[in-house]
Amino acid sequence: MSTQSTATTDKKDAVSTSRSAPINAKLNAEERIELYRKMVRIRRFEERSLRSYQAKNSAGGTNIGGFLHLYIGQEAVAVGCCSLMGKNDHVITAYRDHGHAIAVGMDTKPLMAELYGKITGCSKGKGGSMHYFDPSRNYWGGHGIVGGQIPLGTGLAYAVKYKGLKGAAMAFMGDGAVNQGAVHEAYNLAALWNLPVIFVIENNGYSMGTSQARSSAGELARRADAYDMAWDVINGHDLYEVRDKMDTLLTRAREQSLPAVVEIKTYRYRGHSVADPDKTYRNKTEIEEYQRTKDPITLFQEMLVAENVLTPELIEKINTEARAEADQAADFADASPYPTVEDIQKDVYWEIDNPSERKSQGRLFFD
Amino acid sequence: MPQITYREAIRHALADELTRDENVVVLGEEVANFHGAYKVTEGLLEKFGPKRIVDTPISEAGFIGMGVGASMLGIRPVMELMFWSFYSVAFDQILNNAANVRYMSGGQICCPIVIRGPANGGTNVGATHSHTPENVLANHPGVKVVVPSTAYDAKGLLKSAIRDNDPVFFLENTILYGEKGEVPDEEYLIPLGKADVKREGTDLTIVTYGRSVIHSLKAAEVLEKEHDISVEIVDLRTIRPLDIDTVLASVKKTNRVLIVEEQKPFASVGSQLSHMIQREAFDHLDGPIHRLATVDAPAIYSPPVEVEQLPNPNRIIKAAIEAVA
Amino acid sequence: MAQIIEMPKLSDTMTVGTLVKWLKKEGDVITAGTMLAEVETDKATMELECFYDGTLLKIFAPAGTQLAIGAPLCAVGKPGENVEAPAGKPASPAAAKEEPKKDAPKSESAPAPAKAPESVPQPETKPAAAAHSAPARADGERVKISPLAKKLAAEKGIDPSRVTGSGPGGRIVRADVLAAEKSGSAKAGSAKPAATGAPSTPFTGGAVSRTGPIQEERAVPVSNMRAVIAKRMVESTTTIPYIYVDIEIDAEPLLAVRQQLNTGLEKEGVKLSVNDFVLKACAEALRRVPAVNSSWEGNQIRYFGAAHVAFAVALDDGLITPVVKDAHQKSVFQISIEAKALGKKAKDKKLAPAEYTGGTFCVSNLGMMGIPKFTAIINPPNSAILAVGAAVAKPVIKNGQIVSGQTMTVTLSGDHRVFDGAVGAQFLNALKTLIESPALLLV
Repeated sequence: MSTQSTATTDKKDAVSTSRSAPINAKLNAEERIELYRKMVRIRRFEERSLRSYQAKNSAGGTNIGGFLHLYIGQEAVAVGCCSLMGKNDHVITAYRDHGHAIAVGMDTKPLMAELYGKITGCSKGKGGSMHYFDPSRNYWGGHGIVGGQIPLGTGLAYAVKYKGLKGAAMAFMGDGAVNQGAVHEAYNLAALWNLPVIFVIENNGYSMGTSQARSSAGELARRADAYDMAWDVINGHDLYEVRDKMDTLLTRAREQSLPAVVEIKTYRYRGHSVADPDKTYRNKTEIEEYQRTKDPITLFQEMLVAENVLTPELIEKINTEARAEADQAADFADASPYPTVEDIQKDVYWEIDNPSERKSQGRLFFD
Repeated sequence: MPQITYREAIRHALADELTRDENVVVLGEEVANFHGAYKVTEGLLEKFGPKRIVDTPISEAGFIGMGVGASMLGIRPVMELMFWSFYSVAFDQILNNAANVRYMSGGQICCPIVIRGPANGGTNVGATHSHTPENVLANHPGVKVVVPSTAYDAKGLLKSAIRDNDPVFFLENTILYGEKGEVPDEEYLIPLGKADVKREGTDLTIVTYGRSVIHSLKAAEVLEKEHDISVEIVDLRTIRPLDIDTVLASVKKTNRVLIVEEQKPFASVGSQLSHMIQREAFDHLDGPIHRLATVDAPAIYSPPVEVEQLPNPNRIIKAAIEAVA
Repeated sequence: MAQIIEMPKLSDTMTVGTLVKWLKKEGDVITAGTMLAEVETDKATMELECFYDGTLLKIFAPAGTQLAIGAPLCAVGKPGENVEAPAGKPASPAAAKEEPKKDAPKSESAPAPAKAPESVPQPETKPAAAAHSAPARADGERVKISPLAKKLAAEKGIDPSRVTGSGPGGRIVRADVLAAEKSGSAKAGSAKPAATGAPSTPFTGGAVSRTGPIQEERAVPVSNMRAVIAKRMVESTTTIPYIYVDIEIDAEPLLAVRQQLNTGLEKEGVKLSVNDFVLKACAEALRRVPAVNSSWEGNQIRYFGAAHVAFAVALDDGLITPVVKDAHQKSVFQISIEAKALGKKAKDKKLAPAEYTGGTFCVSNLGMMGIPKFTAIINPPNSAILAVGAAVAKPVIKNGQIVSGQTMTVTLSGDHRVFDGAVGAQFLNALKTLIESPALLLV
């Protein structure tokens, strides 16, 4: 790995040793294409969202407010991990959450509409970029505070175990989150009570503008040793490897109810957020080197071409469709209405939203 | 009617709900083997076993956050905070996650968690262990805040809290744990958001909650006997939702108000009440709204002085006489 | 169709950006993803990314300009394509500081003229304004009144400016309005007792130092009671045209009757004071000269049907005037019992507002302190006050002989707006008759 001090196999070619792993070997051509398509769809969606963020809208305002943390470059992590999910598996992540949302199967129209703050958004315009949710797909967000979602992910695993189900929770975080106290408290609980949770550190090398070397002592996943938890390091540019190693850990979690910490080495091509000038802490050649040699989409595309699964025509078709899908999502978002002022106080209390079942009395809202 | 302590009333509520709903689970520091730091959960481990009654490490952010996550999947954790004073170490989990997750998901997620424990001064444990954060908690839309003053109320309210689908924060009082009160054997529920007139009167309304209710009742006897002032006492019981209607009805009857709260005065529960009373019963006020809060400083250790820092019957009597001038 | 590249939003808080420098020049071939320029935002210097393939046809914004989001920067398209200069103004430097939103929805109505046209008729009255304004006293000072008392006064048709407040700082409270209603007046009284002043320096005996201070020099905040007294006395002396009338009364018969009664009824616990007789005499004199039992109400004079006689009680830090209600219907004994009880309550500061408001006439007696004669200040809204001096032993002429006698001088202060000197004289003569023939007071 070029910028990491830690050792993993340095892959220069587009051949994955994990390709023959059972979890990957059993994939048919259509399933492989679908994995590729998901990654492409994530990237095109995000590129389109960046354009929407930067452009003025028809009313002279801006389409997207607040922050926009792009996932471009990390697609193999979310797609690889979420492709392994069973009915009782759950996902929770931080604020760079668009990739996971698409990876678990959410429709891009409400995702884009959420960025636009529209009532048709996946969170009705109440969450924004950092707060995507879809409980129906076992996707529990989208959380804005670094490391704050990790105890929640541990709780998902606790609930799965409490209910006697065979399942696991994947709690994603960035490399910056490993230094948060709540993360360590969650590690201890998971290890102490053998909860089926995989703590996934998506290590893109930088917590905002601070490199791992300047922020975190020691090797990130190795901190699991202190809690007697299993840990592993994965090359996150290789979709096959992500699926292979995560499958091992997920199976162990489901079958034996054991937690693990995994560090997936990845890279983001864009700034921490769109407001990040991106050159105070890393140089362009580093980014270009990654794009040239380690782009997860390019690598997987080359492998699928070599496997005779993908053709140039199909690649073009998939990309064109993904662009069109992203444009349609933007059009849908643009055409959708904003929430009304009356909507502000909906979705605050379950009781208020279900008035016929309200048991409490008194005033719940104040002015 | 049997007389049981406030502590036992809470325990009975927990036992009832653990029996009724298998998704109810009690977690917290020292709740199982140790029988509870204040013995509230004594006997529950023997009755319900280690799956339902769980000792946690001392890591509030971790275990409260875990409870929040579990509640999203339909578990109903009743988490004990050994002291509500420790809410600050789990602030992000309590007031960013539990309070906001329903809203940020556009109503897709429920968070039926109860966090309970004592929140009071008066036991000479110093500033770090004497916080009364009901105002801070109630400042967050999406949460409910309950502060019971009697054994009867504690049981009925906790049962309602456990069945509620929103996060409920239940603030008890270590000094009240040993106080006995009449609690019927048969099941009953007290809805959240329903205040209780603990005493009828004509000259002055005292709006209060928690242990200050007990102090106010004592003060009211003296005010009646020695000063010919007839006091009505409204026990809020729940801070959010707030039963302002019962408060206003009493104010319209007596025309004078004294708010008594074991709270630091700035931006307290009483501040909010004052605003609402003057806004909604202005023409019924025959004098300004008075308030008795804790003396505005961190909780002092010195035992006899701490008594004077908090509301107490003598301070209430003095404040009441001023309020009817 | 060439693509117009606009100033992008490059941070969550950016409103304007400065085009620092162009990285490409007109004519350069561009592929999607190429960086066109450097833009400085409020947070950092960022690169402007092109999302299109083509040729940089035209640069609209030179380096160094500051532009708002959406301002056209350049055009990218096919070589040789005609570039439409973007509609609207050419790029102009945007204001660096936040300005009020210019794109707020336009109001439908025409802009308001700077000055209202002269011809617009003004409404005759300002409806409801009075309901919202605080009541004011004749002197323009704001009346302090509780919201409830204000509402009650409005309901009962009572003018708050004529009600005396018994609450803190002289605030009119519910009880004051009810008392005013009961007495059918707007009412006199005085404030709630406040804390006593600091004690004077103790007398240490021995020679008084000629250089020492007579007391510690200090500034004491004005108590509520003193504030009320000050306010009402100033009001009284600045708004009432005074008339003073005094008369000497032979007090011997009264003193004799009092002696008889107190001796004869001592076992019954009867102990009548001179003042009890004076109060009764005043009530009877008011019955005979009722014009004095009245009040100035600006555009009308109110004549009271009952004699509610107030009497001043000195307190450590001021005074208060409890009222003997319906004194014209009570015996000297009843008045004595009531006055004693009221006096004690006054000293103990236990008087209820109803007990010190609603008087129609007032008596101030300094006789017990040896003062032979003084004038008192009217307690508004009364129209009169009687100042009672001590019974003084001095030579008097009886049946042409100079003999020793007991003489009491009383002074009536009257509101000349309400009655004139002759009425005052009639009242004092009636009073003199009653006191000099005290048997009249016992039937």
